Amino acid sequence: MDPATPGRTITEKIIAAHTADGRARAGDIVTVRPDVVLLNDVSGPLAFEQFEAMGAQRPFDPARIVLVADHFAPAPDITAAGAIAMTRDFARRHAIPHFYEPGRGGIEHTLLAELGLVGHGAIVFGADSHTCTAGAFNALGIGFGSTDLAGALAMGQLWMRVPDSIRVTLSGAPGPYVTGKDVILELIRRLGSDGAADASLEFGGPGLAALSMDARMAIANMAVEAGADTCVFEGDGLSQEDMARRGAPAAPAALADADARYRQVIALDLTALSPMVARPPSPADGVPVSALRGEKVDQVYVGNCANGTLTDLRQVAHMLRGRKIAPGVRMVVVPATQKIWRAALAEGLLDVIAEAGAAISTPTCGACFGGHMGILAAGETAIATTNRNYRGRMGHPDSRVFLASAYVAAAAAVAGVIVPPEDVAPVQEDAA
Amino acid sequence: MSTDIEGIVHRFGDEVNTDVILPGRYLSLRTPEELGRHCLEGLDPSFVTRVRPGDILAVGRNFGCGSSREHAVIALKAAGVAAIVAHSAARIFFRNAVNLGLPVLLCPEAADALEPGSPARITLASLQIAQGTRLWHASPLGDEVRAILAAGGLVPRVRIALGA
Ligand code: SF4
Repeated sequence: MDPATPGRTITEKIIAAHTADGRARAGDIVTVRPDVVLLNDVSGPLAFEQFEAMGAQRPFDPARIVLVADHFAPAPDITAAGAIAMTRDFARRHAIPHFYEPGRGGIEHTLLAELGLVGHGAIVFGADSHTCTAGAFNALGIGFGSTDLAGALAMGQLWMRVPDSIRVTLSGAPGPYVTGKDVILELIRRLGSDGAADASLEFGGPGLAALSMDARMAIANMAVEAGADTCVFEGDGLSQEDMARRGAPAAPAALADADARYRQVIALDLTALSPMVARPPSPADGVPVSALRGEKVDQVYVGNCANGTLTDLRQVAHMLRGRKIAPGVRMVVVPATQKIWRAALAEGLLDVIAEAGAAISTPTCGACFGGHMGILAAGETAIATTNRNYRGRMGHPDSRVFLASAYVAAAAAVAGVIVPPEDVAPVQEDAA
Repeated sequence: MSTDIEGIVHRFGDEVNTDVILPGRYLSLRTPEELGRHCLEGLDPSFVTRVRPGDILAVGRNFGCGSSREHAVIALKAAGVAAIVAHSAARIFFRNAVNLGLPVLLCPEAADALEPGSPARITLASLQIAQGTRLWHASPLGDEVRAILAAGGLVPRVRIALGA
């Protein structure tokens, strides 16, 4: 291979395939045409107002726009109901088929994948920072604000800088009670909260085979917590099968050239990981769960676009089966989509969870961002499977949030304090 | 782009995220006035009583990280913040600020040295930051960013592109 023109990263290849001249190298400023544009009931209404202010008559391609009411949904108050009404109205006026609200949808990033709207090599522009979740599917999800996405609605394109790439080479296989959440909390701990700024995290290596699609989503979701512009997993047989199952159009996996140029290469041995917890107020402040043994919690929250999957609900049920939530602790469980909710019902998971004394909600972002459905009072502590534990994220500025996997969160619900999951449910041969 | 900004400096540290700039519970609000009333409430509820139109924030690393909520920029502008001098800013926040015409100048030296409570002056055309006898130059902006700022934000820029 020619050393003067090094090979390309996955990120460069996917972006290049979405530019007019097929060119994109790290650092270039390019104009990109996305496959899907995603907005929610918080970012959407602002974008629709800006769209009108731009003098735009109609969006670039109604079939490629996805509108999801998930943040303040079902509407907790009249203002929120108005925002959802604006979103619904925009969909109706412009004949946008993909509009989802409670009962038929869920949290946007989990829903988008479930609908088969992201697959190998796709680009999603979302008016939400966790659009990077699409990286699990060998796609690029890139977050923007509302005005940028108003521009994307109007023009079908946006300018961006092609990110550098940081290669994360995974090896080994996770042990009992080690999940995708632990992989990403460890990686963010190493990188720091802006260690991946201006970069795309590219995940690959032999360890990929040990990670389910749900685990990959949990990892991709929090790339932005390391400051990354976006992230992408290598496509493989599993992502291929997953696309077929979800009805995504078949496309070859985007893979990096052997001589692609990386800003940094990180080796991460999955076998060496233990369950992690990120301490407030930073997702980058991860420590092994054993370091926090005995930390008292008031609320346990399982849900959100990172960890509200069927895999997470199975982990919760595994911990709660035949046990009760500790007195003085409350637990809120939020399946990420209606489809996941129904699958968990059919599997009997919801009954196990309810029997233990947890409240189960309809899919919503809800308390994840301090909106509604589980807000924390002053001085309260929560452990949550969400992705941000900033000051006041889930309620009062003097409340605290620890971030962890569904196993660790559910173990805390039973113990009333943070404990390693094996303290509650000893590892058996068939566990996890 | 040539407008000068002159105002009192307010200082905040590293990692000021958009959750503390505009807490999530206010995200269903949309008028600038309502949003401005809660600006930086998550970090310092008294900020809105001290800030005056034209004031300048001097901040640390990764300003505006976290949520993509543009409401954070709207709240800062409505509260009176006219410019931000930062070590670094998160990508989405930086774009949102540019799109809405709120200048974010990247200059770690100035961000560290600016005296809070005293006035400072910013000349956008030359990206100069001055306080008393001291003078700093912020990092240059890319062509696309300059074009958006010159047009007065992304809305007028797209209007022109659409011929609307
Ligand atoms: S679940 Fe939380 S992090 Fe995910 S999109 Fe909703 S508010 Fe954002």
